[in-house]
Amino acid sequence: MITLQHMLVLSGLLFALSVAGMFINRKNVILLLMCIELLLLSANFNFVAFSRYLGNIEGQVFVFFILTVAAAESAIGLAILVVLFRERRTINVEELSSLKG
Amino acid sequence: MLVQILFYAFSAMLIASAFGVITARNPVHSALCLVLSFFTSAALWLLIEAEFLAIVLVLVYVGAVMVLFLFVVMMLDINVEEVRKGFTRYAWLGWLTVLAIVFEILGVVAVRRLGIDATQAPRPLASDYSNTGALGEVLYTRYVYPFELAAVLLLVAIVAAIVLTMRHRKGLKVQDIGKQVATRAQDRVRVLKIPAEKRE
Repeated sequence: MITLQHMLVLSGLLFALSVAGMFINRKNVILLLMCIELLLLSANFNFVAFSRYLGNIEGQVFVFFILTVAAAESAIGLAILVVLFRERRTINVEELSSLKG
Repeated sequence: MLVQILFYAFSAMLIASAFGVITARNPVHSALCLVLSFFTSAALWLLIEAEFLAIVLVLVYVGAVMVLFLFVVMMLDINVEEVRKGFTRYAWLGWLTVLAIVFEILGVVAVRRLGIDATQAPRPLASDYSNTGALGEVLYTRYVYPFELAAVLLLVAIVAAIVLTMRHRKGLKVQDIGKQVATRAQDRVRVLKIPAEKRE
């Protein structure tokens, strides 16, 4: 029997791992985008679990919209990344500081 | 019992693959680990009977988004060694954050009951229950405007991605339709009057 607590602890662990990934891979933009995807996945886990255990389908509708927004975000993010790499020949976050002033 | 064993197996696989995503040396390996974690998440969602979203996760994420990621990772010529430099400098801060977040979430989940009994199995669904049907009924009635907005958002994403990555190269031989239509005969053809020569 899987209880709500199981799902919440699992999604919490996933969230913590993705936040750690942002700290560890803070130079690589591609890995940062991947960590954001993991983070959204763990949020979706909570939505799906609560929707199932409360018997309310609307949580799953919300997951549907999160998936849409995440797909759009990653498409635009990767497009920006490709343009950036074409201009600067690097994806190192520390070298992308021309807006710093 | 079988469901529980499957849950623990998939959870272990999910955590291991998420760990692989954040620690792999090569971005390609990270992307492949992310594919594995999406697959195992889909399996876990199937276990708690969210079938439609599980299939959507596999189709949209594994089929489209992760392929896009892999394309970009392989297209860009990244100097992995340079990017990896200073890997462990802030690692302790990362793991400290992990500990804090895990501690907080465990505290919340263990202490608060969230207004519902979190230690019970969910209510069993009727044998003719269709997850896709139930989702569609809500999505196309009460949430039809957000649904249309999501479609517009995707359109904006398409246009933005294309405009961002479009490249105007100099000296490329391309057709200019407007120029072709606006051209006149006298621009192209020159009629010369050449007097006929007399034969000797």
